[in-house]
Amino acid sequence: MTTPLLSCRRLTRRFGGVVALDGLDLEVEAASVLGLIGPNGSGKTTFFNVVTGLFPANAGEIRFAGAPITSLRPQAVHRAGIARTFQRSRLCLPLSIFDNLMVGNHQHLDHRLWFNLVRRQVLRRQIEENYRAARELLHIFDPPLADRMMEPAARIPMIDRRRVEVCRALISRPKLLLLDEPSAGMTHEETLRLMDDILEVQQKLGGLTIILIEHEMSVIERVTRRCVVLNYGRKIAEGAYAEVSRDPEVREAYLGLE
Amino acid sequence: MRSRAIAALFTALVTAYAWLLLRAESQGAIAALILVGIAAGILAMRTQLLRPVARSLGSNERFAQGLAFAAVVVIALALRDDDFALLLLTRVLIVIVACLGLNVQFGYAGVVNFAGASFFGVGGYTAAVLASSARLPHLLVLLAGGVTAALAGTVLLLPILRTRGHYAALITIAFALLFRTFLEVNDALGGPQGLKLGEMRIGPLRFNDPISAGPFEGSFYLRYIAVALVLVALAFAVVQRLDRSWVGVALDTVRLDEIAAASFGMDIARWKIAAFTVGNFIIGVAGALSAFMIGFIAPNNYSFAESLIFVSILLLGGIGSAWGLSLATAIVILLPEKFQIIQEYRFLMFAALVVLTLLFRPVGLVPRPLRRLVGPPLS
Ligand SMILES: Nc1ncnc2c1ncn2[C@@H]1O[C@H](COP(=O)(O)OP(=O)(O)OP(=O)(O)O)[C@@H](O)[C@H]1O
Ligand SMILES: [Mg+2]
Repeated sequence: MTTPLLSCRRLTRRFGGVVALDGLDLEVEAASVLGLIGPNGSGKTTFFNVVTGLFPANAGEIRFAGAPITSLRPQAVHRAGIARTFQRSRLCLPLSIFDNLMVGNHQHLDHRLWFNLVRRQVLRRQIEENYRAARELLHIFDPPLADRMMEPAARIPMIDRRRVEVCRALISRPKLLLLDEPSAGMTHEETLRLMDDILEVQQKLGGLTIILIEHEMSVIERVTRRCVVLNYGRKIAEGAYAEVSRDPEVREAYLGLE
Repeated sequence: MRSRAIAALFTALVTAYAWLLLRAESQGAIAALILVGIAAGILAMRTQLLRPVARSLGSNERFAQGLAFAAVVVIALALRDDDFALLLLTRVLIVIVACLGLNVQFGYAGVVNFAGASFFGVGGYTAAVLASSARLPHLLVLLAGGVTAALAGTVLLLPILRTRGHYAALITIAFALLFRTFLEVNDALGGPQGLKLGEMRIGPLRFNDPISAGPFEGSFYLRYIAVALVLVALAFAVVQRLDRSWVGVALDTVRLDEIAAASFGMDIARWKIAAFTVGNFIIGVAGALSAFMIGFIAPNNYSFAESLIFVSILLLGGIGSAWGLSLATAIVILLPEKFQIIQEYRFLMFAALVVLTLLFRPVGLVPRPLRRLVGPPLS
């Protein structure tokens, strides 16, 4: 077996008395899509927050592409090649769609003060190049939206904001993409469409690895070959969706069935 | 073409109005002018009469800046021998520069600075000390005012950069209060009486001589206006270029959502300190010029209340809006000086003005436009 792109050992995170992650072991193979499922409050979002460095882990270790990233700051984790979306949309609403996409590309832009103040011609070229790249990416997800990049993000409907947020995470060409319920608020068809688009980009980027948190099981079934089920911060099952969905413990966690 | 003509006409009207207001002396006339101004403002807002003007000016920034520049020059020349009116005009220009600096901090990066007047004072005192002791060219003294203010701000903010929340606001308040006490007890800086500055000179120009060139005679303030106008132009250029660049995007993100900013690799502390430093530099240069113009400085000029006035200018004009703060500065500086009934209650008036703005027009008088890095301006 190849070495996994991301591997976590006994990862633990507590909030006061709540153990949101409880000794979690988790591995993701490069270029795969892993589904992360579990009932409300089972620690899925917390896992993303701990991996990305927003919340430090209380115990355990995270390795990414062979190197430990357990106690890195969010900035360093991102630079290592991990990008994410948020369960509750975190776009900068007063800014244009294009500006929001450029937030995602921060690490590749030239931020020196003097350059930005004085080298305006070069800056303009950089802006135009980035505009073309952003337009191309957004075009995959929603062609009409690609023509509206200079409008404020506040003006577009929720589902378009979701698409912009996915593009914001993709535009820096990360190695690992963390998607936290990217389809929240979408209809079934819109969700499938979004997933197809994400997979299309994955093909294009060749080798992009994805962890997908998703409540709609038909989506998990369709786009992931392996998934991990969390309950109270612990992994209770893992494997293909067809397998885990038959697991009695999983059924109990989800449905309260005996 | 037609919209440009309308914009030019509008500027001419505003220029005439400003000239009338600056010249008027009887309190009755001033009261009438102010009422006319308020009525015109409300009418314009209600009827959207200014839409074409805003569109024309907004779509052609250069043209708008040219018009504004010409308007100030025309007003200054029209008032050429009225010392008091010219003093007020210079003061407006200098405070615009300072507020542009504050705008980088508060409007862009979201770093609240309740010590704007103190950094203005750091610039002023630097100018006073350097102008009397060292033989530096006075243009360099202006720069030095900016540098010391920037350094003071950096030293102040560094220890608390990693903290979240309102520490920055609190520490600037503490600085504003301490700064004045420090000046009052510091004999080397003149104590409560303050310091005098000699005449400002740039090359062969002596700033305090009246101007007479052939048939033209004018107040010595015209030279200060010229320098102040250059500073306004420079500060405008710096602030707007910063805004329309990758730096502007980063600063806005840091202000709007620190979690998103950090998750995409932005070094929040770095951006805050950068904005604070650039802003204080601009404020310090403005403070240095102000000290030269008035010719004497004292702790009283740099009180916490003055800092609050700077902040209220930003709120009134529209946070982040360079044009808005320019208009707001003119209103906030001129009103109490011209209309003496207000003078005594001026802090009360500013408080009321801020509350009214927040209630009825939270985006400010001239809201900040959307950043459009690419493509033609919004039609
Ligand atoms: N910042 C926080 N402070 C305190 N408790 C938290 C915090 N974040 C998460 N928790 C707690 O940790 C547990 C796991 O929450 P988490 O958000 O990770 O669940 P989730 O699986 O993402 O749920 P959902 O499906 O509802 O999004 C919950 O009990 C939650 O209340
Ligand atoms: Mg969640």
